[in-house]
Amino acid sequence: MNLLFEIAWTHVTTRIRQTLVGILGVAIGVGFTIMIAGLMEGSQRDFIRQLIDTLPHVTVSDERRSASTQPAEREYAAVQVTNLPAVDRREGIKNPNTVVASIESWLPGAISPSEQTTALIHYVGGHVGVTVTGIDPRRELKVSKLASQMQQGQVDDLFRASNAVIVGEALAQKIGAQVRSTVTISVGEAHSLAATVVGIFRSGVHQIDDTQVFALLRTAQVLSGQPGGINQLRLRLDDAVAAKDVAGRIEAQTGYKSVSWQEANANLLSAFTVRAFVMLTVMAAMLFTSCFATYNIISTITHEKRHDIAIMKSLGMREAFVRGIFIVEAAIMGAVGIMAGWGLGYLLCYGLSRITFFNPLSGEIINVPIYWTPTHYAAVGALSLIACAAAAFFPARKATRVHPVEIIRGAA
Amino acid sequence: MTTTVIQTVGLVRRVEGAISNVLVNGIDLSVSKGEFLAITGPSGSGKSSLLYLLGLLDGPTEGEIFVGGQATSGLTESEKADLRLKTCGFVFQFHFLLPEFTALDNVLLPMRTLGRLSMPDMRTKALALLTSLGLAEQVDKRPNQLSGGQRQRVALARALANDPAIIVADEPTGNLDTASTEQVFGVLRDIASQGRTVIVVTHDPGLAARADRRIQIVDGKIAQETWLSKERPAVEPSPSGPVESS
Repeated sequence: MNLLFEIAWTHVTTRIRQTLVGILGVAIGVGFTIMIAGLMEGSQRDFIRQLIDTLPHVTVSDERRSASTQPAEREYAAVQVTNLPAVDRREGIKNPNTVVASIESWLPGAISPSEQTTALIHYVGGHVGVTVTGIDPRRELKVSKLASQMQQGQVDDLFRASNAVIVGEALAQKIGAQVRSTVTISVGEAHSLAATVVGIFRSGVHQIDDTQVFALLRTAQVLSGQPGGINQLRLRLDDAVAAKDVAGRIEAQTGYKSVSWQEANANLLSAFTVRAFVMLTVMAAMLFTSCFATYNIISTITHEKRHDIAIMKSLGMREAFVRGIFIVEAAIMGAVGIMAGWGLGYLLCYGLSRITFFNPLSGEIINVPIYWTPTHYAAVGALSLIACAAAAFFPARKATRVHPVEIIRGAA
Repeated sequence: MTTTVIQTVGLVRRVEGAISNVLVNGIDLSVSKGEFLAITGPSGSGKSSLLYLLGLLDGPTEGEIFVGGQATSGLTESEKADLRLKTCGFVFQFHFLLPEFTALDNVLLPMRTLGRLSMPDMRTKALALLTSLGLAEQVDKRPNQLSGGQRQRVALARALANDPAIIVADEPTGNLDTASTEQVFGVLRDIASQGRTVIVVTHDPGLAARADRRIQIVDGKIAQETWLSKERPAVEPSPSGPVESS
């Protein structure tokens, strides 16, 4: 066996208590860092997954990002047009079928055209402002999780009654409606119709459950007074991450405002960036703290071994060689500590993932979300090993720099 | 014909501090192959400092040390370490054996650092060394299982491991009883008679009297030089370059 490694190995194996403390320090640091990483990333991914599941990946609306310009303005730079009278144009996406077909020709996912309008719903509990979204149930099932969110009834039940609607659970509670209740929905004073509740859904997002009503496309078109009108296209992609690019492409192609889920939740996602930074800081602090155990132990060992250091140097061992002994000792403790820390981290994550708690908002029993990935183990392990070697380097350098004569004189 | 193994010219070692302290103050000395040199002197006279300089463990503030004719002042710490490994064997008052290693492993340490021999050859040689010092039974014992005299003999075996030209011993018998002292001293004598240079710092006038030459250091200078058993070399070696005198 290599002499340097043999001396290091002999030191760590003959000073079991110190070695164990060093290993424990590293293991605790690594274990808890892995746990925090799993927890933070788990909760973040869980949140994003819910977001992606609940909301369309891309929403194309009949709005434009900037006001339209006049032909003269486009032709001549000097032209300024002011005080244009409002023109009552037909709302909605023009030639929706053509637009849908052209997007569908390349889209990696599904698209559902809908007509959305705001309305009032009247029932025993009073009038409540709602969003009525007219959908094609067959297409809708491909872009949303509505089918799995149904608490009572089914999405297809929209076909079973004339003017059938599916309402959010919180909304149903608020107005006191149940399945088979007949409610009145009105838009302004012109359009009003009696509708039958055929289903109740719960998305888990309170804002949606509180205000959302689904109806058939033509029901919504009647309410908005736009027969055949489509003012929203909702898309679900095979790869949710691609939403940003897809939205950009659609906007370039059609000119209509296309909002990806990333854009819609930009503030949340930027909060995640801050959160990731906080997480990394906490993890670094934990690893740093655990390194102090290594630093402390190597300092102690080098102090106790100063006679050995002196004699090894006087025998003709080079300073770097003697220093290497202590760095290897730290690396041995670090390596064992990291492996123990992996085990500890796994157990902590497992224990946490078994904890369930009641979410009073959604009324669901949920698990602590943990993200399992070997990347965490590898990254934390590699960082710890480097940190251990660095933590050993400084006391080892200090100790091996001392002139052997000083120690030999002191011992005599 | 005498070969100079180690030679110093105007050797000065100062320690800078609140009060500048001169440990070694202008020593010119040359030691021949096979010579047993005893350095004596009162405590604090600078005899150990001189010894550490001669063993290249410490560096002079002024002056030059030639080992085998080679000037050493320009060497880096690592080069000095290499030179120590090959040419100097140390024995101190305290044995300084590595406590976790057996007697055999301790003797193997300098050999393995040098790496000149194969592992089986190193073992054979280390065992032979320990046996020659009467430690055949103790090879697998750790230092704490050995007596003071045995430990010091293991330390001697370790000093001899790489066949160094010079053995440097600082009060090697300082912690030993009379019988062990006699034993260790006898070994040092034998080493010298085998043609190696032995330089010993000692307080014991009886031991110093049995050296080939005794120098007494007072205030960092050679106060007295006494040739005891060998004739003083006819010609003083010149202070520069490879030196040979007869």
